[in-house]
Amino acid sequence: MRSSEITPKNVYLRRREFLQASAAALVAAGYGSLAGPADAQARTKLKGPIKKSPLSVLGPNDKINQYQHVTTYNNFYEFGTDKGEPAVNARNFRTTPWTLEVEGEVAKPAKYQLEDFIKPFALEERVYRMRCVEAWSMVIPWVGIPLKDVVDRVQPTGKAQYIEFITLYDVGRMPMQRSNVLDWPYTEGLRLDEARHPLALLAVGIYDEVMPGQNGAPIRLVVPWKYGFKGGKSIVKMRFVEKQPKNTWQVMAAHEYGFYANVNPNVDHPRWSQARERRLPDILATTKTQMFNGYENQVASLYAGMDLRKNY
Amino acid sequence: MKPIALLKAAAFAAAAIPAAALAYRFYRFFYSQDIGALPANPGDYITDQTGTWALALLVITLTVTPLRRLTNWNELIKLRRMLGLFSFFYATLHMLTWVVFVNFFDLTAMIADVVKRPYITVGMATFLILLSLAVTSNRFAQRRLGRRWQTLHRLVYVAAIGAVIHFWWQVKADTTLPLRWAVAVALLLGFRVWWAWRSKTPAARPRPG
Repeated sequence: MRSSEITPKNVYLRRREFLQASAAALVAAGYGSLAGPADAQARTKLKGPIKKSPLSVLGPNDKINQYQHVTTYNNFYEFGTDKGEPAVNARNFRTTPWTLEVEGEVAKPAKYQLEDFIKPFALEERVYRMRCVEAWSMVIPWVGIPLKDVVDRVQPTGKAQYIEFITLYDVGRMPMQRSNVLDWPYTEGLRLDEARHPLALLAVGIYDEVMPGQNGAPIRLVVPWKYGFKGGKSIVKMRFVEKQPKNTWQVMAAHEYGFYANVNPNVDHPRWSQARERRLPDILATTKTQMFNGYENQVASLYAGMDLRKNY
Repeated sequence: MKPIALLKAAAFAAAAIPAAALAYRFYRFFYSQDIGALPANPGDYITDQTGTWALALLVITLTVTPLRRLTNWNELIKLRRMLGLFSFFYATLHMLTWVVFVNFFDLTAMIADVVKRPYITVGMATFLILLSLAVTSNRFAQRRLGRRWQTLHRLVYVAAIGAVIHFWWQVKADTTLPLRWAVAVALLLGFRVWWAWRSKTPAARPRPG
């Protein structure tokens, strides 16, 4: 037997999900042949000019990861808990139409169609390091709009201290939401001053292309000085609130995941050290993790006087 | 060739295939520069694969005795040591990925890992059990240890439980996979309890007629 004939173990172990995904793909293929090639997963260039941002500052060892790696290794539990699954299960994820709601402590609460939400702003490319709490990292060329501009536009009231980001809950489109592996919908939160930091981004694409489903289509949060899980994907609502909101992983395991989740090599996760990371696709975890993921000069002042051991 | 010899050869080949497949993927990844040969995180992948196969082979090793009892095919015992050693082989690779890929021989970091992180403590203890069973798996050790050999090798039950706990404790949220292994180990250990109870209780024995 040639080894190419052997079913990969992960496929074999998850054959039921695999069959479901295959069935879904077949159905979609049938539908697609009637409706034309309107495949959400087809790689589409983003419309309009994309400004290169001066905030894309890389170190000497930072190299932009290959598209294939960025789009086949994803933590997006709504589409499967194995990192290879979202790329398969989000292949036909429909993101049009998409409504984004801004509510709570703002002068202008509103429901937007995604196009209208983005239209007032210029798209920027931001090349950022992304450090996962699991001690691996990538360098990703995001395209998006500064979160700060969005916040300013909706005019938070004096009471607004935090923003809660609520992501899509739709069992029909996100197969894993049938399970109770996380408390759906996935939510995240930022302090208002964090959200107003120039580095915080609402991303709508990668590599100048429309955001693939598995990376958080159609719009997701990117906060480069925090662990990756802070970057909520497929956002449907931004709620401005007075009190610190709970974020999903904190609800799951408060002693492991906090609200702040700032990248910090000196504060270990209970189950692994955060001192070093694997810069994918490196096999060795020999890259030293930097304070605030290397954005210390820009963001450290946000946390002046705070005990980062307690506020992990 | 006797059936048992044939089965043993087939089992050897089957148990070696995962290692060969891994090696081949790495060859394609590093020498043929085929980035699709491995996932984006190759180090994590080999840790996962070797760990899974160490556990799978441990479970398969533990099925030899129940199968032998149920079929009365006593020669099956000839597979047991080989399968156990394969489990140890994958466990060794698994442990080495932690030494090299994760900690890159940093002894301080490894000690901190073992002391501070319960899933690694349990994993290391499990590995040490498998190591002690592997080094005493030859006839010489069997003769030297006499009756104590049997007692020592009962630690394989502890190793199986330890391996499942080690898996369970490193999962972030989705416990589906470790749960499946836990059920397998529970059934195999349960069989032994049931068998011992059945052989000791005369009333439970099947009666003639």
